[in-house]
This record gives sequence, structure tokens and C-alpha cells, in this order.
Amino acid sequence: MGYVAVKGGIEAIENACRLFAWERSKGASEPLAVEQIREQLYLAVDRVMGEGSLYAPDLAALALKQAAGDSFEASFMLRAYRATQPRIGYSLPGNTREMRIKRRISSAFKDIPGGQMLGATSDYTLRLLDFDLLKDDTARREAFRETVFNALPINAEIPDTLPKVIDILRHEGLLENAVDLASNDEPFDITRQSVIFPAPRSAALQSLARGETGGLLTLAYSSMRGYGNIHPTLGELRVGYVPLQISHPVTGEPYTVGEVKVTEAEVLARFDGSDGMPRFSLGYGLCFGQNELKAISMAVLDRTTRAEKPSCPAEDQEYVLYHTDGIEAMGFSNHWKLPHYVDFLSDLDRLRKAQSIAQQEECHADA
Amino acid sequence: MQMHEWLEQEDLLRKKGDSIVGGYPYGFMDDGAKKDIRRSILKAVAIPGYQVPYGSREMPIARGWGTGGIQITLSLITPDDILKVIDQGCDGSVNAVNIKKFIQAVADVQITNDTLAATVVQTRHRIPEEAMSAGQILVLQVPYPEALREVEASEAETRRMHAEADYSRMWLYLYEDIVNYGEITISYRYPVTVNGRYIMDPSPIPRWDVPKLHMAETLFLFGAGREKRIYAIPPHTTVEPLEFEDHTFRVEDFSGKSCARCGATDTFLDEVIENAGGDRVHYCSDSGYCDKRSA
Repeated sequence: MGYVAVKGGIEAIENACRLFAWERSKGASEPLAVEQIREQLYLAVDRVMGEGSLYAPDLAALALKQAAGDSFEASFMLRAYRATQPRIGYSLPGNTREMRIKRRISSAFKDIPGGQMLGATSDYTLRLLDFDLLKDDTARREAFRETVFNALPINAEIPDTLPKVIDILRHEGLLENAVDLASNDEPFDITRQSVIFPAPRSAALQSLARGETGGLLTLAYSSMRGYGNIHPTLGELRVGYVPLQISHPVTGEPYTVGEVKVTEAEVLARFDGSDGMPRFSLGYGLCFGQNELKAISMAVLDRTTRAEKPSCPAEDQEYVLYHTDGIEAMGFSNHWKLPHYVDFLSDLDRLRKAQSIAQQEECHADA
Repeated sequence: MQMHEWLEQEDLLRKKGDSIVGGYPYGFMDDGAKKDIRRSILKAVAIPGYQVPYGSREMPIARGWGTGGIQITLSLITPDDILKVIDQGCDGSVNAVNIKKFIQAVADVQITNDTLAATVVQTRHRIPEEAMSAGQILVLQVPYPEALREVEASEAETRRMHAEADYSRMWLYLYEDIVNYGEITISYRYPVTVNGRYIMDPSPIPRWDVPKLHMAETLFLFGAGREKRIYAIPPHTTVEPLEFEDHTFRVEDFSGKSCARCGATDTFLDEVIENAGGDRVHYCSDSGYCDKRSA
């Protein structure tokens, strides 16, 4: 037989990579343009930007194309790209009250100042396959556009800011006070320092914000379902664009460099304050793009992990933060596909030894 | 190398950056990141066996596939280096090939299979059979940096245990193992005490390789990318496997076996199932060394 251990199959590995690229391009259909992914699969793009923790819609769309739609792989590529970029600085704290709103709802009150704005959502759709989309052409789109825009008033008033539900509750003493963070304090940067537990809130929120949607959902759901239920109420959920400001390097004045699309969730949960006064406490979720499930899950976990004595996984900060990073979890879970024959041989050695000891003992018992 | 030589070289590398694949910086990471990692390495060398938390960067290779080792290698490498990468002892293994391809693309270094010719050796789960010398660095990829994880799940708690050298639960674990099985059953990742102070995870090397860490000539650097820890064993440092007087540490038993290719009887052997009948044949795990002996 051949000597297997020396030849690891360099050629085979290269061909496997090429074959993957071939698989996604071998069909008869038109090549998928990056713009098509960015515009038509925008929720996938948003998810990848959030989990990859890089706000770059074009690169996220490219990653999705290259990864043949695998959101883990695509987020991973964005994350890897981050490592090649220098850290220039931190933005100024953004104020989501200045959000250019696309969608804004509260489940805590029937109506809220500024109104419930449903925006674009699949929440109220019937999840029936729309067979009309099988022949989605330009003519169909134009006809649809007509139906959307014809009935609209020309000038709709768009307010610059909308009051927050939590501000009203806080004003009435129903909600715990905000933690006073001096605006010039630098956040803990989880991409430059390793998180030490208990993690500061800025580190915890960063970790959750780049967490994997499914992972966050699983843990948040475990809490909602009964493993340490905090009984959350969705105070407010917002989707929209927030201006991104930096301190101008010369003048030091705030300077707007662009805007990012984010989803923000604020959940309310009952809490007994240190002064003995029962109040609501706030769980906060914010992530890139429109990803409401993630923002809500994050807000629930932000609140659950503040438990002083964790009684379940969702309340244990270390458990939650270590196990919700999709890219780390995915890489490590996939690594079991790597060869492990040296370790396994070492395992075999111990097992055989343990068996021989057990056999000797049996012999002794028989004698 | 003198400091000024190092700095001049850094300058050169920065200029060289233009020619690297896809416009990426030399060594893939930006300069600040490489400097940050080198500082963590220095701290690790200064406190043998202590896990230094560091800002682990994302590599284009998945977590769990050697990103800690790759970051260390990339932060140290220069175009003059000669690199060897092995996985399970083998130069041609899937992951070793992949890592070499990446490092070559972004750092333009010479590659070798010869342990003694390399300046930097990156490895997963093995230490080469041939003794390395003072001018070389062995970079080990680490999946689980925490030796105490078997007995304590919480990172906050294991850090406290290390700080207080509170290792009683680890010793108890070994004792219970002996009570249950008549012997310590830890196969690979055998815990060691470094410099008489920290209990350390030597990475998933077999027990066979553990004695090579003790009072060695070579610098050993350990990188755990996913868990964001770097640690080190400087040359001439004591590394002692945990053992009891009446239950001493033992390496894997290859008595009566030899490499079917080079005939070695003093190397770690891979066991290969030869046929459906279950017959076994053995080969050196260290493929570079086996090649040299067979040549």
C-alpha cells in the first residue's frame, strides 16, 4: 500500500476549492450580480453585516455571492476582512432619537407619541408561496410600483425626532435611571482586548451585537419559555438610519461621516431596585441592518445576564457571550473535520491500557 | 538581530506590502495588530505558562483551524524566515497545506519540510521528533488554552484558581481517575506545571511530546485564537507533567512496533488500518523526519 501519511493530497485540496467555485457557477442561469443581492436579498446582507460586524453592504453582498448564500461563511469573510484594516478611532455616541425612521413600534402601549409606524415588515403577511414571483419581470415590477405610489399623498410630514417610550416611563419614575456614561469615555473594545468576566456592559453589548442571530434567539427563547423567564415587554422597536459622527481630527467638533441602518430594541422587565423600590429595568439590543429577531433577542439577553445569581444558561453572562458568536462556534465545530489521528491514537493507548487493567482485575477476581 | 536592523526591516516590509496578494498588508494584519500581538508574546515569555488575554484578530481561516498560531506566526515572520507547518506531524496534511498557502500568499516566505532548516515551525498537535535549537521558534496551535477547564467551566473562576495557585481540584481529578481506572486516563493535552508555578495546557500534543518541552533550547509559543489567549514556555524552563510518586507520568507505548517505511523504533507512530480484516501497520507521525531517514 502507499504511504498515506506523507501525501496529504495538496492537489486534491486545491481541486476541492476549485470545485466549490464551479458548483455555484455551473448552472445555465445568469450570473448573480452583487447589486442584485444587495437590493433584493437585503435582509441577508443586513444579517451578514451584523454578524460579520462590518457595515459594508457591497462587501456583504459579495461575500454572500462567494459563499453561495451561506450566511455563516459570508459573515466570516467580512470579519476576516476587518483584520486587515487599521483601527482609526471610535465614533461619537449616536443618539437613536435622531434616527431616520423606517419602522417603529411599541407593544407596551396601544398608541405612542409620534404614532406606531409599521414600515416594511413581513410580520403581517400570510406565509403562502407567491407563485407570481416565478415570473418576476420588469413589467410586473412597474405595475406593482404604480399600485404602491399612486395612492400616496405627495407631502408626508416626517418629524426630525420621535420621543422614546422609555423616556416617558423614566420621567414617571417607572423605569430605572440610565447609567451615566461620560460621552468621552472610550468603550471597551472587544476586537482589541480579550473580554474578562464579569464583562463591562460595553463589552457585553458589542459581543451580543456581533452575535449569531440563531444563537441569540435560542438562548433568549430558552429564557422566555421558562428557563429563568424575565417576562419581557417590548417597549419599543425601531429600524432606521442613524447618523454616524466622529470627532473632527482638527477642530474636535462632531462631524457626520455617514449613516448606518440599525435595528434597536428596548425591552422592559420588572426589577427590584437596590433602594427597595420596584421599577422596570431595561434590556437593550442594537444591531446593524434590519434584523428584528436579533435585536429583540439581544435585548432580552442583555437583561437576563444582569442577574446577580444566574439560575439558568441565559442568565450566565459567560455562557451567553462565549457561545453566541457564530463565527467562532462555526469554525470550531467545523474543525472536527480536520484529522485527529494523533490525538485518537493517544486515546486508543489509554483505552487499551484501561482495558488491560480491567482484564487483569477480572482474572484476579476469578482466581 | 539588533533593534535598528529590525526597524529597518519593518520599513522594508511596509514598502513590500504593495506587492502582496489582493493589496493586503504584509502579514495580512495591519501593523498595529501585529505590534499588539508581539507585545502579548513578550508578556507571555516573561510569565512562563501564564495565559495572556489578547485582542485576537479574525483570520480568513476558521476559528479552531489554527488562527491563534497563525496570528503569532504572521506577527513574527519576515521575508528571510523559513517556515515549516505541520498538522498531526505531517507537512502535507489538509490544514497544514492550507495554512502554508495563506502565509506564503501574504508574507512571501520560503517553505521547508525540514525541521532543522526552519526558523519558525507552526504545528497542530505534535512537536517534531528532531530536537530544535535556540535560533528556532515552535508555534503551537491551541484549541483549549485552559488546563483547568475539565474541572471548572467558568473562565472567571479558572482565572482566580490560577492567580491563587489553587490547583487542588485538578489533583483531585487525577486521583479520582486512578481510583476509577487504575491509571490516569488523560491521553493527549496532558497538563503540565511550568516553571513551578502555572498549570498549563500544552495543546493537544500526545504525551510522547510532553518531555520535549522541559528545559528545551527552543522558544515555545502557544496561540489560542478563538479563546483569545497567548502563552509561552521560554528556553530552559522546567515543564513537569502532573504525576504522583506512585503513579508516574507515562508516554504512549509503542514497544515492539516500528515504522513500516523507515524502520524507526524511537518515534511517535501513526496506526493505520491496512485492510478490511483490521490488520494494522505503523508509520512515523513526523513525516519530515521519516522522509529524511528514508532518503
